[in-house]
Amino acid sequence: MFDLVSFIPRAVVQSIPLLLGATGETLTEKSGNLNLGIPGIMYVGGISGVIGAFLYEQAAGGSLNPFLAVAIPTLACLLGSALMGLLYCFLTVTLRANQNVTGLAMTTFGVGFGNFFGGSLIKLTGSEVPSIALSATSGYFSAALPFADSLGWFGKIFLSYGFLAYVAIALALVCSYVLNHTRTGLHLRAVGENPATADAAGINIGRYKYAATVIGSMIAGLGGLYYVMDYACGVWSNDAFGDRGWLAIALVIFTIWRPNVGILSSILFGGLYILYLFVPTGMNLSVKELYKMLPYLVTIVVLVISSMRNKRENQPPESLGLAYFREDR
Amino acid sequence: MRKQTNAPLIQISKRKELPWYGPIAIRAAAIVLALVVCAVVTTALTGENPLAVYGTMWEGAFGTPRKIWILMQNIAILLCVSLAVTPAFIMRFWNIGGEGQILVGGLATAACMILLGDKLPNGVLIALMLLVSLAAGGLWGAIPAVCKARWNTNETLFTLMMNYVATQLVAFFVIVWEVPKGAGKIGIINQSTEAGWLPQIGSYKYLLNILIVAVLTAAMYIYLTRSKQGYEIAVVGQSQRTARYVGIKVGRVVVRTMILSGALCGLAGFLLVAGTDHTITTTIAGGRGFTAVMVSWLAGFNPINMIFTSFLLVFLDRGAGEIATDFGLNHSFGDILTGIILFFIIGSEFFIRYQLRLRKHAGKEG
Amino acid sequence: MDTKTPAVSLRNISKSFGGVPANEKVNLDIYRGEILALLGENGSGKTTLMNMLSGIYFPDEGQILIDGQPVVISSPKDAYAYGIGMIHQHFKLVDVLTAAQNIVLGLKEPGRLNMEAVARRIRQICDEYGFDVDPDQKIYDMSVSQKQTVEIVKVLYRGADILILDEPTAVLTPQETEKLFAVLRNMRDSGKAIVIITHKMHEVEALSDRVAVLNRGRFVGDVMTKDTNAQEMTNMMVGHPVSLNIQRPEPKDPKPRIEVDGLTVRSEDGILKLQDVSFTAYSGEILGIAGISGCGQKELLEAIAGLQPVEKGSIRYVEDNGTTDELIGKDPLEITSMGVALSFVPEDRLGMGLVGNMDLTDNMMLRSFREGHSVFTDRNGPKALAEQVVRELGVITPGLNTPVRRLSGGNVQKILVGREIASAPTVLLTAYAVRGLDINSSYTIYDLINKQKQAGVAVVYVGEDLDVLLQLCDRIVVLCGGKVSGILDGRTATKNEIGLMMTTVGGTREHA
Repeated sequence: MFDLVSFIPRAVVQSIPLLLGATGETLTEKSGNLNLGIPGIMYVGGISGVIGAFLYEQAAGGSLNPFLAVAIPTLACLLGSALMGLLYCFLTVTLRANQNVTGLAMTTFGVGFGNFFGGSLIKLTGSEVPSIALSATSGYFSAALPFADSLGWFGKIFLSYGFLAYVAIALALVCSYVLNHTRTGLHLRAVGENPATADAAGINIGRYKYAATVIGSMIAGLGGLYYVMDYACGVWSNDAFGDRGWLAIALVIFTIWRPNVGILSSILFGGLYILYLFVPTGMNLSVKELYKMLPYLVTIVVLVISSMRNKRENQPPESLGLAYFREDR
Repeated sequence: MRKQTNAPLIQISKRKELPWYGPIAIRAAAIVLALVVCAVVTTALTGENPLAVYGTMWEGAFGTPRKIWILMQNIAILLCVSLAVTPAFIMRFWNIGGEGQILVGGLATAACMILLGDKLPNGVLIALMLLVSLAAGGLWGAIPAVCKARWNTNETLFTLMMNYVATQLVAFFVIVWEVPKGAGKIGIINQSTEAGWLPQIGSYKYLLNILIVAVLTAAMYIYLTRSKQGYEIAVVGQSQRTARYVGIKVGRVVVRTMILSGALCGLAGFLLVAGTDHTITTTIAGGRGFTAVMVSWLAGFNPINMIFTSFLLVFLDRGAGEIATDFGLNHSFGDILTGIILFFIIGSEFFIRYQLRLRKHAGKEG
Repeated sequence: MDTKTPAVSLRNISKSFGGVPANEKVNLDIYRGEILALLGENGSGKTTLMNMLSGIYFPDEGQILIDGQPVVISSPKDAYAYGIGMIHQHFKLVDVLTAAQNIVLGLKEPGRLNMEAVARRIRQICDEYGFDVDPDQKIYDMSVSQKQTVEIVKVLYRGADILILDEPTAVLTPQETEKLFAVLRNMRDSGKAIVIITHKMHEVEALSDRVAVLNRGRFVGDVMTKDTNAQEMTNMMVGHPVSLNIQRPEPKDPKPRIEVDGLTVRSEDGILKLQDVSFTAYSGEILGIAGISGCGQKELLEAIAGLQPVEKGSIRYVEDNGTTDELIGKDPLEITSMGVALSFVPEDRLGMGLVGNMDLTDNMMLRSFREGHSVFTDRNGPKALAEQVVRELGVITPGLNTPVRRLSGGNVQKILVGREIASAPTVLLTAYAVRGLDINSSYTIYDLINKQKQAGVAVVYVGEDLDVLLQLCDRIVVLCGGKVSGILDGRTATKNEIGLMMTTVGGTREHA
């Protein structure tokens, strides 16, 4: 029989990087910036956290301070992803460059950055460890809530995750609230829909685009951090993060730009992502490869279906992907 | 409540037309600046003096005849993919599915080689491989195009997802055809018979690939600038409403162009499998589908310019690879350098289109 | 009210775009308690000048004074801080947001966003000036006049006492215009400074206290409205005396050319755009189409041109020998291949009729590129045609290789019309053919259209300026909410009559 109690927690664990990436990208896209650099930013977020944790573990020797062990990688991750967000904004907002190309270049750069430092960190720092395995740091990131073990299936499904998972869900809810119920959210939506109008209303377009994109990048960067520190138990391996960044972007469309919808959708995606592990295929390993297609096929089907039923409220922000220049005429 | 606000310190306005050398000078300056930054980064990481770094890069790209051939071969394949995605981009169809289209083209080629390698004469086999790879790539391009034409489905994501579907499809067949069982890879196909391998011209292993792509470049240039179909693509890209207004069937042009685009990516897959690697893996495209987007855009969608932009990117990649090998660093170093150069070129476009002016009477405001 | 110190003074304001001057050393005073008409031709720099007041553009040179104090306005926010609010011709509203959300957009009121309080204040403003706005209605569900009302309420909500309206009546019916004018007079009487940008004489005369005239970016002068007249203002505006009469030759031997019968069209969203529309267009006559903007004119022309799927009805093309061909279900290419010479000058010149980024030759090629059996295009024919159009219609362009988007509106339209009439059409459809054009270009276009009429072409002329429709057209079809409200004789109909038919079909009030 299909084992839901072990399936759901694994799906959730898979979903968290997607959720963080999607929440960050939604926020970014609401400002009219289509950031295809998110996959790269998630790599940078992950590796920045790894570098922070690695340096701290090296410096602290055996005795880690739990607070610093969490704070240093987190701050490093936020800083790295924020810088990437700033770079994207500088190119697309200040210099009005093509967003698609800038995003792809950022992804090339970011993935390269992650793999480079992942592969060369030990050599660069002249340290003597054989590989980057930050199990001590990872222990703090993946510590489950209390009672997770004593509450049976309930504990397993709801309480067994590291703190970043709960942060991810909270961030999605907060983003959702901000976008729909606050002045800031209203202004941000106006910037993404119709920057000329927002500008004429006295909203500082550049500031909103920068803020949304940088914060969005930081949130997405946390996805990379969660992946390596919690999911991968602190072991960085090159290209292991894979295509999750692209799936996160797909998830944004899937959820029609709604972070709160993203919570359940990302778990669905996470489930599809690992379904092949739970489907009995016997000795036929090749079929598993076909099961791995599922998240992508489902995304395609959803894309097509949602484009077939064209509703006004379900459209992307109107000026998504376009640079804004006040004196354009 | 009337507070004095300052005039903006820097005013931005659109430029008039620059003389022809203006854009070239600005881009060249950007590349020089980027190379300086790259040198600084490399020096910081390796401790080597910057000139030696460029010496190493040059070595990596041009050091030996073999390296030059590899460089040319890589340029040819990247150029082929860039040419392939260009008509779609001119049409404003953001095909970032080049990766998948290459993969299915390569897969189709490999399938012919494996299944028919000993059943057909070599000439027929290669012709069949070519046709099947074109068809497979074309089909992979046509699927998102049909949805775009009918329901305006977002093509960026669709083509992206098709990449992963293609990857898994290849992964599936790699296991089906793996040699030996359990190896998880196919290995060199038809190593003993060389059935389906593209013939060498003289002793030059990659020359045929390079010649094919050279012809393709010229053909694509003429197609885009002189042919009726090229004109239709340009009109559709500029304005679909104008296209409809003059009776161009937009959906048909979108699908036709994407079949062309996908088929040429399939051709790249064919060249990779039949002409170069003689095997198929899930990573055979090596990110070229994405790099090609940048090659094409940097070249302003002009096939002739793409020779230079693809050279630039391949040179960087090969050169950085050499640095990485020399200093025991990870090969992704090339991606970092490529990223830096791209950022500078992307940013430099701004200075071609806009001019900055410092505020006049700067002293007047308090 | 102190009317001695101007509320706003502009001193030596200059602004250019990419080297082309839009305003040169303009001086202008705006007073409270006065309605100032800023008069000038299209392209004379009126909107640019006011955009510098509202913070959209920043002047290259010159000084702005508010109540005698020099100020710097570098963003719309600064403008609001000085009490300046502008209602732009193209509404600055976010379609997917509600009226109330649009109205509070950009405001930094203290405390949490309380939409109920916002709605209360909106209703209060509406009551004060006699507006009708539903705070919770989405903008995309609104008619143009509703959107305009939202714009005005938005400006008032921000406490603006200097209001600038850019061609506010362009999209309104005569009745809606009257209502707007009443509101504006109310505001003037309560001490606000009002500027209305316009090029229509009768509006200047009906509404303004003072009129200031711009010509080619320069300030020509200002006069009290009561001391001047239309001819004098026109001369100031154009810079030389012009005759304001449009010719209307008698139709020669009119024969039915296009028979539209029971035409019903639904938009993609399923909204009924045309309902049971029937009329006949004759050769050698100009058939005018009047109506509030967006009540089916676009769909009607596009249906005839084969660009619009039709739900019901028929559109028949009648040949000289009396045989008829059905046009519905055919695309533009099939219509051409049937031998129907149909030309179409669409409303959206650079987005539909031409390709802005292509040069003159390539744009001429749009209609003819398929000619010949070669897979390659022939550029010689289009090039010759481009040269001919430039020569005959006096197009001002740096060369044939210039992208048409760089040309002025009048020259763009000449290229488009020139190409469309070059194919010797038997039917010529035009939509808003003179919108945005200066007076000289407008008259060039009227002349071209009249020449086509005299050559026996059936001309369909969709227009927004009722005065022009009444002077140019032989018959006028009035549309209202997608239905034919009536068909009038252009020589006897009155503006008021058309205005009423634009809003009412058979006595019941309809929304566009």
